[in-house]
Amino acid sequence: MLRLEPRPAPSRLMVYLSPLLAMALMLVVGMVVFTILGQPPLKAFHAFFIEPINDWYGFGELLIKSSPLALIALGLAVGFRANIWNIGAEGQLIMGAIAAGGVALWLYETTSAWILLPLMFIAGALGGMFWASIPAFLRTRFNTSEILVSLMLVYVANLVLSWLIHGPWRDPDGYGFPQSKLFESSAILPIMLEGTRVHAGIFITVLALLAAGIFFRWSLIAFQMRVAGLAPKAALYAGFKQKKMVWLGLLAGGAAAGLAGTAEVAGPIGQLLIPISPGYGFAAIIVAFVGRLHPVGIVLASLLMALLYLGGESAQMQLALPAAVSGVFQGMLLFFLLATDVLIQFKLRWVPKASAGAV
Amino acid sequence: MDMNTLVLILAATVAAAIPLIFAALGELVVEKSGVLNLGVEGMMVVGAVFAFMTAAETGQLWLAVIVGALAGAGMALMFGFITLSLMANQVATGLALTIFGIGLSAFIGQGYTSVALDGLKEISIPVLSSLPIVGKLLFSYNILVYLAVVAFVGIWWFLYKSRAGLILRAVGESPSSAHALGYRVIRVRYLAVLFGGAMAGVGGAYLSIAYTPLWAEGMTAGRGWIALALVVFATWRPGRVLIGALLFGGVTIAQFHVQGLGVEIPSQFLSMLPYLATIIVLVLISRDAGVIRLNAPASLGQPWHNELH
Amino acid sequence: MTKYSLALRFKTLMSSLLLASSMAVAGSASADEPLKIGFAHVSPIGDAGWTYQHDLGRKAIEEKFGDKIQVKYIESVPEGAEAERVIRDLASSGNKLIFGTSFGFMNPMVKVAKAFPETYFEHATGYKTEANLGNYNARFYEGRYLSGIIAGSMTKSNTLGYVAAFPIPEVVMGINAYIRGAQSVNPKAEVKVVWVNAWFDPGREREATVALIDQGADIITHHTDSTAVVSAAEEKGKYSIGYNSDMSKYGPKYQLTAVTHHWEQFYIDQVQQVLDKTWKPTSIWGGVKEGMIGLSPLNPAVPKEVADKVEQAKADMIAGKLHPFAGPVVDQDGKERVAAGSNISDEDLSKMDYYVKGIQGKLPK
Repeated sequence: MLRLEPRPAPSRLMVYLSPLLAMALMLVVGMVVFTILGQPPLKAFHAFFIEPINDWYGFGELLIKSSPLALIALGLAVGFRANIWNIGAEGQLIMGAIAAGGVALWLYETTSAWILLPLMFIAGALGGMFWASIPAFLRTRFNTSEILVSLMLVYVANLVLSWLIHGPWRDPDGYGFPQSKLFESSAILPIMLEGTRVHAGIFITVLALLAAGIFFRWSLIAFQMRVAGLAPKAALYAGFKQKKMVWLGLLAGGAAAGLAGTAEVAGPIGQLLIPISPGYGFAAIIVAFVGRLHPVGIVLASLLMALLYLGGESAQMQLALPAAVSGVFQGMLLFFLLATDVLIQFKLRWVPKASAGAV
Repeated sequence: MDMNTLVLILAATVAAAIPLIFAALGELVVEKSGVLNLGVEGMMVVGAVFAFMTAAETGQLWLAVIVGALAGAGMALMFGFITLSLMANQVATGLALTIFGIGLSAFIGQGYTSVALDGLKEISIPVLSSLPIVGKLLFSYNILVYLAVVAFVGIWWFLYKSRAGLILRAVGESPSSAHALGYRVIRVRYLAVLFGGAMAGVGGAYLSIAYTPLWAEGMTAGRGWIALALVVFATWRPGRVLIGALLFGGVTIAQFHVQGLGVEIPSQFLSMLPYLATIIVLVLISRDAGVIRLNAPASLGQPWHNELH
Repeated sequence: MTKYSLALRFKTLMSSLLLASSMAVAGSASADEPLKIGFAHVSPIGDAGWTYQHDLGRKAIEEKFGDKIQVKYIESVPEGAEAERVIRDLASSGNKLIFGTSFGFMNPMVKVAKAFPETYFEHATGYKTEANLGNYNARFYEGRYLSGIIAGSMTKSNTLGYVAAFPIPEVVMGINAYIRGAQSVNPKAEVKVVWVNAWFDPGREREATVALIDQGADIITHHTDSTAVVSAAEEKGKYSIGYNSDMSKYGPKYQLTAVTHHWEQFYIDQVQQVLDKTWKPTSIWGGVKEGMIGLSPLNPAVPKEVADKVEQAKADMIAGKLHPFAGPVVDQDGKERVAAGSNISDEDLSKMDYYVKGIQGKLPK
């Protein structure tokens, strides 16, 4: 039978190979699924992975969809590296959007984008951080699971937004529909690529990418957090400041999600409404893992994930496949990646049945 | 509010709490073995769709419950293989299981979104069901509600009064020692994970064939996550799972009654109550670090391989 | 490098890479090609509710026009940033007539309509128009008034239950029309409203229904999109009135009737106009008279004299003799909103943000 044996040292090769292996497995299973559905696999793959980006506009859509995913995943990776599980980025994104949208509505008469947009981004980051600080405070002060608290707060954030756009922030000239006023042009991010919807928010993601690269590579606390994630006991003995890590891990995710929420309302949406995000906060968790919690990996993973979304829409249009196919693919990709990760620490060996021990 | 209304609210509370009780009791057994499966929501929703499809095709509601349980267990098997055999991170795998389950159920259930189903009915027990108050409060439910009570008693007995339960807890506390004593850690954990999946599947089946006999994408609506919170809330004790689920169900039902009585609070704030209540209770429970440390299985969430320990 | 040349280079790159595939996709427009039509829906079509009724319209035009048209639909399109891309994709892939069936598609459709001046757009339930964007809606409240007559006649407890999604004018005018219909035959009738804060959440809809029944309501209706209210009422042995589509299969014994939407004729008319090249952007708000709103066949439990009253009211509505909001309309605080002798204006109706008398509780704001 096949047995897993620990490698003496983690395999560098497998670190890079396993995501490719996971993708290959996903494609194989995808082919089987498409065949079962009576779709020629090549045509289906074409609709899924090529059709959405075979024009300039589609390429732009890929960028504006991967941008928030990468941004949030970078923020989440800070915490995930230290086993701090912020899974409520969706709520922090909504809170960031509320804060930024609040600034845009409050300073509605401001005509200078140079003043208004930076203020919105600051407010958005603070909004996301505020929402993330609740699980951080409860975890450090009362030892409460940040997983559950951050998740519960997603529902609460959505209801706060719902209340605002049905009540105090509802557009008075909008026939009572639950939307805020459309923002003035000074609160809208400029388009960066002609003929697309790619807006200046993409620079925030690029900046975050650089910042995360530097932070992970050179900062002491990032190193300590990595150690704490891989070997919690060692970190404890070494006297690392656990509380500081929790705060940093959650606030980084909150700020990133808040910025992403700001870029959505100041970008393609241009007002406050429900929904602000089609689940970016949750999908970013997958992106962070598929990208191995590494900035470059995260960028690649965000592009792949964005393509899966766009492909799902295109598959609906071209092949009349249901929208749910995207979710199935996303889940499968993550499964395969987690499964193939075992090859980093272990190798497969064939052992005659008799000598196989208890597993 | 008169006695009669109160009894009706309590009866509605029980009905709302049942899916949480199934899923949370299952997850409790899983966590007692030292495994953290965050995929409860995914297992529930897959259980719900398979149960509904079975019921719609065969009309056999009992068969539907069994298929729902098997579907939940099938999802759990995937989780078990990746986390136990391949030692992947349990938190990430659990999240993946939820994302996958929601997608999969929407995908396979798409032909069933407008199918009407004659769901599980309240069973009427001669004499008992017609008693005043007590009849409505205790003897007016469908069979799955009573099954939940049986499951609760069985799990309590298993964990605290049976030898197998002792082994399960030993595996959760110290897999290395359990291994040294000759117990098969991975096998025990597999069984626990499968049981947890089956229970989540039954919880989902309750939703799709009894509570709201229909199939809709994402119809579990976050109940799997609440179930996870309930396990922590209960400090890993079955009795407290029951109390927690009833409290949560009560808050959910009460908000609609408060609205019906015409209280002037934006309904969004009332809808937040169940979530806020969960957070507050989690804080109250976990505030005392000793309680958590004493009750939480010591090896919770850590992968285990017999050659690395 | 300018943005434009970058775009060009990218295009060249992609087209050389994908030459084979794009050849399959490309096609040239000619006179006898079918008219391509696209639908964007906010939820899956099979939900027996809002989207389902619109999809019946798609089936009607496919049957009527056969191979003169070619129809595609996309379901589960999220409102917000996603909608713009999907609608744009529909336009750029050659659809010449595009229907968006959810309110949240309005601003995205305005943007896409400007970018595709040769394509015709029709948006359901919105209020904005463009040179190539029209909108359409139904007077749901007329059906509510008629069903209110049945509820008012048949209630024993004089308490009617209403499970509602969000406090927006469309929902509020439905609640108000319902109680006015009920009080036209039974001045003692009152309505209790429970908001579930979701268009589609079967669990919450059921819980709200049970809560209303437990508080003494004996006929329950809803303005949400699932069938859970009708099936929960059936389980509890209380009468219900469905919404969107006939839900009698979920409530065979206890659904009294359902207020149903009928978009078929509207879609047929629009397609015909585009084929005849006579299409113009219009704001259509059709009701019982136009056949856009109706009641599903009444439950045999409804007594003959009640059914006759409903028929009479319906006939009066069609003849223009009966308006559900004919003055005097007095809100629950006693303020007169519409003076005696006049009907409410469409403008005031579409901004309705108050409860009329007979509704318990306050409207959340």
